[in-house]
Amino acid sequence: MSRLTHLVRLGLAAVVGLSLAACSNGTPGGTSSTAGSEDVTITYTNFISAGANEANLTKIVDAFEAANPGITVDVKTLPYADYFTALQTDIAGGTVADVFDIEYANYKAYQANGVLAAIKGVDTSVYQANLAQAYATDGTQYALPSSFSNVVLYYNKDLFDAAGVAYPAADWTWADEKAAAEKLTNQEAGQWGDYQPISYNEYYKVVAQAGGKYLNAGGTDTAFNTPQGIAAAKWLVEKSGTVMPTAEQGAGTADFDSKLFADGKLAMWHTGIWMFGSLADVPFAWDIAVEPGDTTKASAMFSNAMAISATSKHAEAAQKWVEYMTSSDVMVDTRLAAGWELPPISDEAKLGAYLKAGAPANRQAVFDALDKVALSPSIGDNQAQMQDLVTEQLTEAAAGRVSVEEAVAAAATKVDPLLK
Amino acid sequence: MSVGLSSASMSPVAGSLDRTKGSCSAGAARRGRRASRVKYALIIILFLAPSAIPLVYFTVYPMFSALWVSFHKWNLLSDMTWVGVGNYIDLIHDPLTQRAFLNSVLYIVGYFPLVYVGGLGLAIALNSAVPFRNFLRGVYFLPVVTSWIVVALVWRWLLNPSGGVANYLLSLVGVQGPGWWTDPHWALPSIILASAWKDLGFVMVILLAGLQSIPQDLYEAARVDGAGWWARLRHITFPMLTPSTFFVTVISLINGFQVFDQVYAMTGGGPAGASTVVVERVYDLTFRYSQAGTASALSWMLFLLVLLVTVVQMIGQRKWVNYA
Repeated sequence: MSRLTHLVRLGLAAVVGLSLAACSNGTPGGTSSTAGSEDVTITYTNFISAGANEANLTKIVDAFEAANPGITVDVKTLPYADYFTALQTDIAGGTVADVFDIEYANYKAYQANGVLAAIKGVDTSVYQANLAQAYATDGTQYALPSSFSNVVLYYNKDLFDAAGVAYPAADWTWADEKAAAEKLTNQEAGQWGDYQPISYNEYYKVVAQAGGKYLNAGGTDTAFNTPQGIAAAKWLVEKSGTVMPTAEQGAGTADFDSKLFADGKLAMWHTGIWMFGSLADVPFAWDIAVEPGDTTKASAMFSNAMAISATSKHAEAAQKWVEYMTSSDVMVDTRLAAGWELPPISDEAKLGAYLKAGAPANRQAVFDALDKVALSPSIGDNQAQMQDLVTEQLTEAAAGRVSVEEAVAAAATKVDPLLK
Repeated sequence: MSVGLSSASMSPVAGSLDRTKGSCSAGAARRGRRASRVKYALIIILFLAPSAIPLVYFTVYPMFSALWVSFHKWNLLSDMTWVGVGNYIDLIHDPLTQRAFLNSVLYIVGYFPLVYVGGLGLAIALNSAVPFRNFLRGVYFLPVVTSWIVVALVWRWLLNPSGGVANYLLSLVGVQGPGWWTDPHWALPSIILASAWKDLGFVMVILLAGLQSIPQDLYEAARVDGAGWWARLRHITFPMLTPSTFFVTVISLINGFQVFDQVYAMTGGGPAGASTVVVERVYDLTFRYSQAGTASALSWMLFLLVLLVTVVQMIGQRKWVNYA
């Protein structure tokens, strides 16, 4: 590294510093000084529109502003990868927006630290009950769900047809998936039967599928160092190198799995419904099914939510915007038309258009998967550390450097102190 | 400029001469000296301000804020709570932090010889009359000004365990290449390799400048005395190059302790912490694990270590650096 790099860094620091200063000047915004008028500008920092849906968000903002004269929404969009770093920095620096996005996994940390304002007087019956409850603590709502998505089993129909294997069905178990994956793997041809990430995000769910528990009832200790927890880890780890590519072959690197599936080299793929859009133009037939379970079904569900900053000076206007963005018909229609993540509303009649929106044909599976849901434990400040520790141990087991039993035991030992 | 820059009071030597005069108008002279000294100080401040203000605001001030934070427990979200030196004690006993310091040291031990010997070889080669000399100098300097993210992606691809160029070339000579960044034993060497390649040009430029400042008559005299290539390198080039070598050593060690970009982009500290380094741990503690107080304490431990190493080098240089 050179002095030049240092110069560049110093320059960068200055630029960042200046732009932060600019932000802090801009944030108070608010009640414009024109006497008598009640014009309010609220700021909204989001990641949910980043990448593909900025224009769709603008459409909803425009409709909201038309319906609420006097309220202007000033939107700032950040990519997901940088979003939470920026949010933490904004909160620490006192420059956080009036309204911002959060997700279920970190809701508890923000709520417990007093960052979120209580949202009062909301009719939560318009939301799916389990989603609204996820963002309530001690009977008080601290955020409103803005969307949800879940993970299903994608499959390449052409590869199943060529191998003469029956398509995945709703009553499939792990054993059925394994048998099919083995028949569909042809390593010489670079064709793989199955792909499921070996990480925390899969693990807590497959523990539930095996009939186990990730945490004990009080959430004070891990409960996965059990036969079920070990079976769950084996289910993930033993795919690697047999029916699924290993880390050395590229598994786990960005876009590796989506490329493999889009290239027609992958028969079954465990991933989220947010990938529908990227498969619009693939030259083969594909569909989805609810993920197979072991002793029971359990599907991962992720949800995003919108919260109001505890320091916001425009909480009332902010709440109007949050309710509009999470439950209005304009939002529902915009999301469904765009194939954006699903609206969190309880009125399934309004979701009818989604079921007929094209490939995959079996969109009903998205809703069927909600019958048995496994939610990620949300443990507060130590969340990221817990997730990293579990992923690390599973990765070590997949690489063959430790046994599955050792990995599960080590993960439990290391995670337990984080729960105290 | 109306300020009397030409006045002899600019130089401390002139000031001391003044004092020896010991004239009867000592009071007036003292007053005059004080006024010109204030002027002198103001001028210095004026010239320093453009660099000093950003330095104080963006470096010195955050550094001392971090020192304050390092005595607290702080998750960035709620208020700080005072824990005294608790963070420092926790860090000393934390196996991951020990690992990070060890890896930083291993990184320097692997990186420095590679980049120095390579840079010296290049400098000597490109100091002689090879064709396209200036073009080649430019080419070797190119990686230095390239973004680390780009370089890291290229090296990740070169060292890809399956289908990477490095392992393909090794397979041609019958060697089964390692897993590089997926293998805990090879993750740090992979980073060292990429870093040495990137910084080679920088070391080359410094040493090249050093080589060109060596008077040619020394070589001529040595040749007349019958000294061969090796003897000239050993007895003229090395001793005359020690100031440049010293500079490269100090800069490389400081940068070595601060290594972050390449680790973050190539391995993220993995697999299983095998390539984690101190600055990467600081980043993780702050932004991933909500432990800004502990991270600040670790930053200060690193700062003090780098300061110590640099001071030791500064003292040690008297024994081997030749400024003749």
